[in-house]
Amino acid sequence: MQKSSRFVFSALCFGFAFLYIPILVLIAFSFNQSAITSVWGGFSLRWYTALFNNEQIIEAALLSLKIAATSATFATILGTMAGLALTQIGRYRGRLIFTGLIAAPLVMPEVITGLSLLLMFVSLQELIGWPLSRGAGTITIAHITFSMAYVAVIVQSRLSSMDQSLQEAAMDLGGRPTQVAFDITLPLIAPSMLSGWLLAFTLSLDDLVIASFTSGAGASTLPMVIFSKIKLGVTPDINALATLIIGTVSIGIMIASWVMFRQSKRN
Amino acid sequence: MNNENTIKANQSAKPYVAETPWLDPEAVPFIQIKGLSKQFDDFSAVDNVDLNIYKGELFTILGGSGCGKSTLLRMLAGFETPNAGQIIIDGIDMANIPAYDRPINMMFQSYAVFPHMTVEQNISYGLKKDKLAKAEIATRVKDMLELVQLSELAKRKPNQLSGGQRQRVALARALIKQPKVLLLDEPLAALDKKLREQTQFELINLQYELGITFVVVTHDQEEAMTLSTRVAVMDAGKFIQIDTPTQVYESPHNRFVANFFGTINFFNATVLSTDPEAQTLTAQLEKTGTQLEAKAEGRFSASDEVTIAVRPEKISVSQERPEGDHLTITKGTVEDLAYYGNRSVYRVRSQSGRIIQVSAQNNQRSEQLVLEWDDEVYLSWDSSCNVVLSE
Repeated sequence: MQKSSRFVFSALCFGFAFLYIPILVLIAFSFNQSAITSVWGGFSLRWYTALFNNEQIIEAALLSLKIAATSATFATILGTMAGLALTQIGRYRGRLIFTGLIAAPLVMPEVITGLSLLLMFVSLQELIGWPLSRGAGTITIAHITFSMAYVAVIVQSRLSSMDQSLQEAAMDLGGRPTQVAFDITLPLIAPSMLSGWLLAFTLSLDDLVIASFTSGAGASTLPMVIFSKIKLGVTPDINALATLIIGTVSIGIMIASWVMFRQSKRN
Repeated sequence: MNNENTIKANQSAKPYVAETPWLDPEAVPFIQIKGLSKQFDDFSAVDNVDLNIYKGELFTILGGSGCGKSTLLRMLAGFETPNAGQIIIDGIDMANIPAYDRPINMMFQSYAVFPHMTVEQNISYGLKKDKLAKAEIATRVKDMLELVQLSELAKRKPNQLSGGQRQRVALARALIKQPKVLLLDEPLAALDKKLREQTQFELINLQYELGITFVVVTHDQEEAMTLSTRVAVMDAGKFIQIDTPTQVYESPHNRFVANFFGTINFFNATVLSTDPEAQTLTAQLEKTGTQLEAKAEGRFSASDEVTIAVRPEKISVSQERPEGDHLTITKGTVEDLAYYGNRSVYRVRSQSGRIIQVSAQNNQRSEQLVLEWDDEVYLSWDSSCNVVLSE
């Protein structure tokens, strides 16, 4: 008994070490005085100062946040509508196909998604003259396209686990269909919409491949800037940036799991 | 609804002595169902049924799963559209009236209590949708909370309630709209045995107090027997028999209904002669040749093949040959017995080799079994207990 629990404990430690040591090293080196990444030169915040003075990075970060917030919002609206359509409108022909189609972007290689979107934007430009140029707008549209699938799947799973008679009960008590949607359905799926939004936001912030395909000359998101800088060699201010991103993402995940926890407790 | 009266819920389990409007040809039914049908793809869930339910009835639709009872209830509530037929409630055709405008409320099998609302918000939901004045909603909710004894729990969320309390929230939420008809889908199925018995009486009292017509759907024959003024037994989308609980139990129309309610012994027999005046017939059992009398309406004639059905509790078991008029007597051996304390069940193999089940009250105090395995016994029952079935 004792022996096996010691084994389990060390397995756990190894697992977590494997996952988190690289991240911890990165965080530690973001506070490194030395400019040489692999040599510890004492504690300092100089790379954070350098980071905040780097206009290119700040601008890219702001653009990324803007794109992420916009695309997450639209993806949540569209994804929720898709989720509702797939679960609420009774049984209809081809529902299974639609369910499959909505989940397909989840497993589609990003390169293909990016390439197909680029082709679409180019041919649209030739056909109807829109979009005039590729940039923040096209990246946002691209991000909505792939992240709405995630929202749809999350909302759909919540809806199908929900007691269908809740909506019937509200209707039975005199609620018109729109009232039922706002009184019953929306409050009950709100937590999954929020976690869908957070997921879409994170996916958009994280995306490099699709953004590279659909961006134009003017617009560079944060991942694109980091990637192009790294090609010229890793500078310690990137470590500082990465640490900030890890912090933000951790807070986001904590909020999302807190929301999920409260929801599961309530049901 | 008269609030003064409803608050003081009748605590004594006063039996609901129903009048019998269904026997009165002049009476106008409150709910009329005419030629109602519902198909799902190729499957006919409800098949051309007619039904009249009268005001103030506690009507039960009873059947096994998939018999169409739930579909019928959902058509009444307005959640399913019939393929054919009519539903008329209080003189109004429901065809073009959506669920949210029908004078009907429903208590769902899952109770469907809104999880994100408090008890109070759940109960007031229907009144808010009717756009009633705030003050009126407040008083009516308060009265209803008292009626269902949930006043102390008004601010609780459903996940802080027990199953029985959730059931009362669902009931209160439906009743507060003062519907003309209350539909109850398996109202007691989710409760444990003790709570069921208690809730059963509460439901009957409540219905008696409020005078609302209740339509209950259930698969539990005991629930149907204790609750209802009348029972409709349903199978494969059709009604097999619509009668009072005692009629359904004591005078089943066929083997299906007889079997559905408790246990019963069947004997194949041939009609020897009929007496139309006394409405009796004499029949001969197929194997033993025993002759017996039975009450029967004029629908049988000599040499008809019939089934004679006898309930186990109607049969007396004794070691001496019983004496008396109009008795059907047969001999057998106790093959199996089960002692339940208040009663014993014997499985007796008769001379013809078939098993007859007997249920006897243990009305003598004795620490020994009255009968033992392999005892030779006489079975006897009054000929009025013979039920003649044509199928």
